[in-house]
Amino acid sequence: MDAKKLNTILDKYRREPSALLAILQDIQDEENYLPKDTIRQVAGELGVPLARIYALSTFFSSFSLEPRGKHICTVCMGTACHVRGAPRLVEHIEREFDVPAGQTTPDMQLTLETVNCVGACALGPLVILDGEYHGNMNPAKLDRVFRPLKKKE
Amino acid sequence: MTARVQTAADLEAYRKKVQAKGDSQRKTISVCAGTGCCAFGAMKLAAAFEQALSERKLQDQIQLRLTGCHGFCERGPLVVFHPEGLLYQRVKPDDVSEILDETIAKGVIIERLLYQDAQGQTYQKEDEVPFYKNQMRVLLAHNGLIDPTSIDDYIAVGGYRPLARVLNEMKPEEVCTTIKKSGLRGRGGGGFPAGVKWESCRAAPSQDGIRYIICNADEGDPGAFMDRSLMEGNPHSVIEGMIIGAWAIAHPGRPEGYVYIRHEYPLAVERLGIALQQARDMGFLGKNILGSGLGFDITINRGGGAFVCGESTALMTSIEGFVGEPRAKHIHTVESGLYDKPTNLNNVETWANVPLIIERGVEWYTSIGTGDVSDNPWGGSKGTKIFALVGKVNNTGLVEVPMGATLRHIIYDIGGGIPGGKKFKAVQTGGPSGGCLPESLLDLPVDFDKLTEVGSMMGSGGMIVMDESTCMVDLARYFINFLADESCGKCVTCREGLRQLGIIVKRICAGEGREEDIQLLSDLSQTVAEASLCALGNTAPNPLLSTLKYFREEYEEHVKEKKCRAKVCKALITFTVIEENCTGCLLCKKKCPSQAISGEKKKVHSIDQGKCIQCGVCNDVCKFNAIRVE
Repeated sequence: MDAKKLNTILDKYRREPSALLAILQDIQDEENYLPKDTIRQVAGELGVPLARIYALSTFFSSFSLEPRGKHICTVCMGTACHVRGAPRLVEHIEREFDVPAGQTTPDMQLTLETVNCVGACALGPLVILDGEYHGNMNPAKLDRVFRPLKKKE
Repeated sequence: MTARVQTAADLEAYRKKVQAKGDSQRKTISVCAGTGCCAFGAMKLAAAFEQALSERKLQDQIQLRLTGCHGFCERGPLVVFHPEGLLYQRVKPDDVSEILDETIAKGVIIERLLYQDAQGQTYQKEDEVPFYKNQMRVLLAHNGLIDPTSIDDYIAVGGYRPLARVLNEMKPEEVCTTIKKSGLRGRGGGGFPAGVKWESCRAAPSQDGIRYIICNADEGDPGAFMDRSLMEGNPHSVIEGMIIGAWAIAHPGRPEGYVYIRHEYPLAVERLGIALQQARDMGFLGKNILGSGLGFDITINRGGGAFVCGESTALMTSIEGFVGEPRAKHIHTVESGLYDKPTNLNNVETWANVPLIIERGVEWYTSIGTGDVSDNPWGGSKGTKIFALVGKVNNTGLVEVPMGATLRHIIYDIGGGIPGGKKFKAVQTGGPSGGCLPESLLDLPVDFDKLTEVGSMMGSGGMIVMDESTCMVDLARYFINFLADESCGKCVTCREGLRQLGIIVKRICAGEGREEDIQLLSDLSQTVAEASLCALGNTAPNPLLSTLKYFREEYEEHVKEKKCRAKVCKALITFTVIEENCTGCLLCKKKCPSQAISGEKKKVHSIDQGKCIQCGVCNDVCKFNAIRVE
């Protein structure tokens, strides 16, 4: 992340260590992940140990220390989605794209993530691809959702 | 932007003004813009209405309003026409022209857009639909009426009047007493009497006068989304509750407010942010609120996706910028919480109850619900509770009922029962800390104490219905894995105990369970519950213990007979072709990801059990019901 952008974020929170979580969220919003150099700079600027930032970024599931793919697929694993078959969706995507949940395909096209619940239970089981919700899914319907991605490959 | 409102009289004058403005545009089309309806395409629908209205030059006569969640998510996108109260469901952008030309212009009802129940009866009015008719909507009353991004809408329906009354007519202590007498108990799950907490926080010493007022909006229970809908649909009601709390708990000190909200709820963050700015601009937040001398403001903190941060002490640690680990509560947070100052934390729904209690009085509030709270705030459960009714139920959505309504009333009268003619098996309440209740408990009145008695809990209000195709062992495995994943790792019993429980349940699901496993599960559960520090660990075994208690035979079947009656556990099921139904269409063969199906066109197919991975795709795609799962 370039220094100017980072400074804007740090200044927004008056460089207070208590705002670390918010600062990391803003960085991730910009960069899609937390780049190593950037969190080193944050540690230096705020005067907090790098270990503390590492602890935060591994404790909270919304952070990624690795770059994420061009497309992000999130499968809701809430209870309502679970009883309607969400685990089968994850397995299907894992198989189709040969990528384990929580990771990115080697060509950086797709990151597969799971989330505990997005609260859109009426649509369960639910898959979110690049911010767009696809409800009442099953493995066969998933292929249609992913067709545009498959074509590009 | 509007000028600051300085006094209660200013507010009433302003209210008259906005109400008069509303009257001139009586006809309104309300489009639900909750997360559920948005996912079904409500924003595209709203854009289509806007365009069609302007094409017909109707935008001055008919108001288009994007509202918060109406609750009936199953049938989204929802559109309600006011003042008639006509409800159209599953409306698509293509329907818009017809709606304007027929319904709006000529008053002709479009039958296909009406709600039709399982028996085939159609309903025109929103309040006649059984889903709504059987509810008691007081917290959600305005969700479908007001635009959550308009403070004027909130003021027009009486908003901030309770605040003005409190600041002008009531001493802080009186407000605490009122809340205590109302019997309001914490809606986040604990059920602690809010008024008692407020009084303790007020009484706790603070040298510099700082007291923190926190709203817990880290709604982490999977399957619960009532807090999100309140924040998205009526954010000012939560803010108003917090300002009243600040007066009651901290005036004349220095109250400071925080809302800790899940980052998975971007729309709620956005709407709450807009509402806070409006409240600041109007003078409901900031210095000398309504001339009372109260100074108070609220900051939004976004969570980072950790379930444990819904626990009060973990949440406070997280606001301070650290990893959200809970701490022991031998010193209560009301005395020493955030930054070691007296801190009062309540859940979103609890805060939203506060203005209602002030407006309509203790007598009204205590007339709803169970028990008697006249001299003991623990003596009952008062007011209404919003439940997220989800899973295998016909009418998925948000349901508000008086405390003490029975599970049967909620699931059958409001929820419309189980879809597809399947049989009810269980209902799970209280999220990962709660339990699964069987059919024999369907007539249980739902309140804080009754649910705890039978081994579950209220939690934040998720209610997940399950039918015969849900495996209770698999469900227990799901919750144990969820909690093992979300355990912060501080206590050994929670961190390692849950991991071991997970290994055992996984073994049972894989058909490798041992006879002694069932006993081992209950012994280990007890240790996890007793020796963990916070509520996450204390209640973690509940889903497991309740399924062991009410559905023990399913565990035994898995262990002894290697059978999963719900046909969920992969290691215990096989897929075969029903020869007489198979038409040889080749579809399953084409879709099978493991090339386990062989067969030619118009000839019966067969599945190679050695290659089959039990993914179930063949069963999903087969149009002739020719796949047998057993």
